[in-house]
Amino acid sequence: MASNPDTKIQGGVLGWVDARFPLSQMWNEHLAQYYAPKNFNFWYFFGSLALLVLVIQVVSGIFLTMFYKPDAELAFASVEYIMRDVEWGWLIRYMHSTGASMFFVVVYLHMFRALLYGSYKKPRELIWIFGVLIYLVLMAEAFAGYLLPWGQMSYWGAQVIVNLFQTIPYIGPDLVTWIRGDFLLSDATLNRFFALHVIALPLVLIMLVAAHIIALHEVGSNNPDGINIKDHKDENGIPKDGIPFHPYYSVKDLVGVGVFLMVFAVIMFFFPTGGGLFLKADNMIPADPLVTPDLIPPVWYFTSMYSVLRSVPDPFLGVMAMGAAVVMLFFIPWLDRNPVLSMRYRSFAAKFNLAVFVVAFVILGWLGLQQATSEVSEMSLRFSTVYFAFFFVLWFLSKERSMVFSLIAFAVVVGIYSFYDILRFDPDSAGLLMWSWLIPTVYLFVTMVVPAFARGLGRDRAVPERVTS
Amino acid sequence: MANQGVNRGRRRFLVAATSVVGGAGVAAVAAPFLASLQPSARAQAAGAPVEFDVAAVEPGQRVSVEWRGQPIWVVRRTDEMVAGLAEVADRLRDPDSEVESQQPEYAQNEYRSRKPEILVVIGICTHLGCSPSYRPEIGDPEMGSDWQGGWLCGCHGSRFDLAGRVYRNMPAATNLVIPRHMYRNDTLLVIGEDEDGEAI
Repeated sequence: MASNPDTKIQGGVLGWVDARFPLSQMWNEHLAQYYAPKNFNFWYFFGSLALLVLVIQVVSGIFLTMFYKPDAELAFASVEYIMRDVEWGWLIRYMHSTGASMFFVVVYLHMFRALLYGSYKKPRELIWIFGVLIYLVLMAEAFAGYLLPWGQMSYWGAQVIVNLFQTIPYIGPDLVTWIRGDFLLSDATLNRFFALHVIALPLVLIMLVAAHIIALHEVGSNNPDGINIKDHKDENGIPKDGIPFHPYYSVKDLVGVGVFLMVFAVIMFFFPTGGGLFLKADNMIPADPLVTPDLIPPVWYFTSMYSVLRSVPDPFLGVMAMGAAVVMLFFIPWLDRNPVLSMRYRSFAAKFNLAVFVVAFVILGWLGLQQATSEVSEMSLRFSTVYFAFFFVLWFLSKERSMVFSLIAFAVVVGIYSFYDILRFDPDSAGLLMWSWLIPTVYLFVTMVVPAFARGLGRDRAVPERVTS
Repeated sequence: MANQGVNRGRRRFLVAATSVVGGAGVAAVAAPFLASLQPSARAQAAGAPVEFDVAAVEPGQRVSVEWRGQPIWVVRRTDEMVAGLAEVADRLRDPDSEVESQQPEYAQNEYRSRKPEILVVIGICTHLGCSPSYRPEIGDPEMGSDWQGGWLCGCHGSRFDLAGRVYRNMPAATNLVIPRHMYRNDTLLVIGEDEDGEAI
C-alpha cells in the first residue's frame, strides 16, 4: 500500500480528527505547550476564576430561562415560582444571583492584578482593551439582568439608569423612549432587556473573552516581576522561566477553584442576600410605577461609578463624568509610559498612587450606597477627584520629573479643583469644604511634590534579569 | 492570460461600487430592526386621558392618579400652603415657570395650576425619573425651619416646592412637569386632555 508522506497521520480517533481539525494543535498551543512564567502568585487565580463564574452564570441562566416569564404581568410571580415551587429552583436562582456579584468581585481583583504588575503595558495593550470591553459588557449584562425580577429595585434602578440618557442634549428624550420602547418603563422594556440579557450580551461577552485569551496567548502571560520570560530561552526555544500551563497551572488553578467554590457555597447557602448588598429587600416587592422606594442605591458593583455621577451637580456633566470614569481605563496603557511593569520595582510614589486609587474606589463604592446628604456629596466629589487624578499621576510618574515641572504640574492640578471650590464657596458649609480639600491635595502632594525633594521616594528600582521566585 | 492587462482603475471602481451598494443594503436592513424598538402602535394607543373628581381630596392631601403609567399628583393646597409659594420664590431656580416645556400655557402662573388651590403635576423627578416623596409639613424638622412644604427626591436629593418648582443647586434642573389637563365641571378633572385636544 502506498502511503502519503505528506500527511503524518497518527492512528486512532485523535489522528482522524487532527487531519480534519487542529485539535491537538490547539490543545498544545493553549494548554500543554503554552509556557507561562513559573512565578505566578495568588493574584493569578482570578483569570481562570472569571472563566469559571462565566460558566456558572451561563449554566444557571439557561435553567432559569426554562421557568422565567419575561412579561411584566408574570415576571415577578415566575421568580417566586422558581423560588418556591420549582425543585431546587431556589438553588439555581441563588447560584445565578451570587454568581453575578462574584463575577464582579473576581473581575475587580483581576483588574487590580493587571494594575499591580503592569499587565496592560506593551505588548499587552490589546489584552487590556479587550478586558475593559468585557468589563463594560458585563456591566450592561448585569444591569439588564437586574430588571428581570421586576421588583421595586429592578424597576426604579432601571428607571434611573435609563433616564441617564435623557440628559444628552437634543436627542435625549427620544433616545430614552426608543430604549424603553414605550413612554415609560414597561413590559416592552422588560421584554427587550430579557433578549439582551439572555442572547445578545452573553454572545458578545463570550466572543470578547475568546479575543482576550487569544491575545494573551499570542504575546504570553506577564508575571509578578514584570519580566519578559521570552528573553531567556533554552536551546529548544522554550522560555527558561516558563512552565507548561497544563498540568502545572491547571492544577494550581484547581486549588483556587476549590477555595473559591467554598466561599461561593457559603454565600449561596447562608448569605444569598449578602446583607442587602447582593439582593435587596425592596426587590421582593413587585414593581410599582407610582411609588419610588425611599432609597435606591444600585447594586454594590455599580456604586463607585454611581458616586462619580452623583458628585457632579449638572446631570449631563454627571453622566459624562461617569462615562469618563470607565473610558479612562482604556487609556491606561498609553498614560503609564514607565518601562518598569511590576509594582515590585516601582517607586514609593507609584505604589502610593495605586494604593490611593484602590482606597478611593472602595470609598466611592461605599458612598454610593448612602443617602445623598451634603457630606456624602462632598466626599463623593473629593474621591472622584482622586479617582481622576490617579490617571494624571500615572502619566506624571512615567519618568523622573524635574523640580520645576513637578511644582508647576502640582499647582495646576490643585488649582483646577480649588478654582471650582472658590466658585461654589458657601460660608455655611465652609468647614467641610476646607478640610475635605485636603484629601486630593495631600494625595497629590505625596505623589508629585515629595518625589521632587526626596528623590529616593520617586525612583524605581532595578529590575532583575530573571524572575525571582 | 486572464491576469494580463488588469484594469486597476476599473477594479477599484467595482470594489467601491459594490461596497457602496452593499452598505446601502446593510443600512436598509438595519432600519426595520432599529425602528421595531420604537413604541408599538399598542403602546401609543394606550395613553388615553383619565378622569378624576377632585372634590374628594382633603385640604393638604396628595392623591396619586395613574396616567400613562406615571403617577399624577393632585394636591389640594391649604391657604397657608398657597401663601408659602411666594415666600420661597427667591430660592427657586425657575420661580416664574419660564421653561416652557415644563407646563402648558395655562399653568404658567404663580401657582402653576388652573385653580390656585389644586395642583396637578406629574410626580416624576426631572433629574432621573424617581418619584419624590411628599413632605407637606411647613417647617418639617428634616427639611429645615424655612421649609414651606413640597417634595424631596430620595434618589438624588432634589427638592421641590408645593407648585413643583425646583430649588436652586439641585440635581434636577427643571420644575416638575404639569400635564395637559382641564376641568369638565367644577370638580371633575381630566388628565391628558385640554381644550386643544389630547396630549401627545
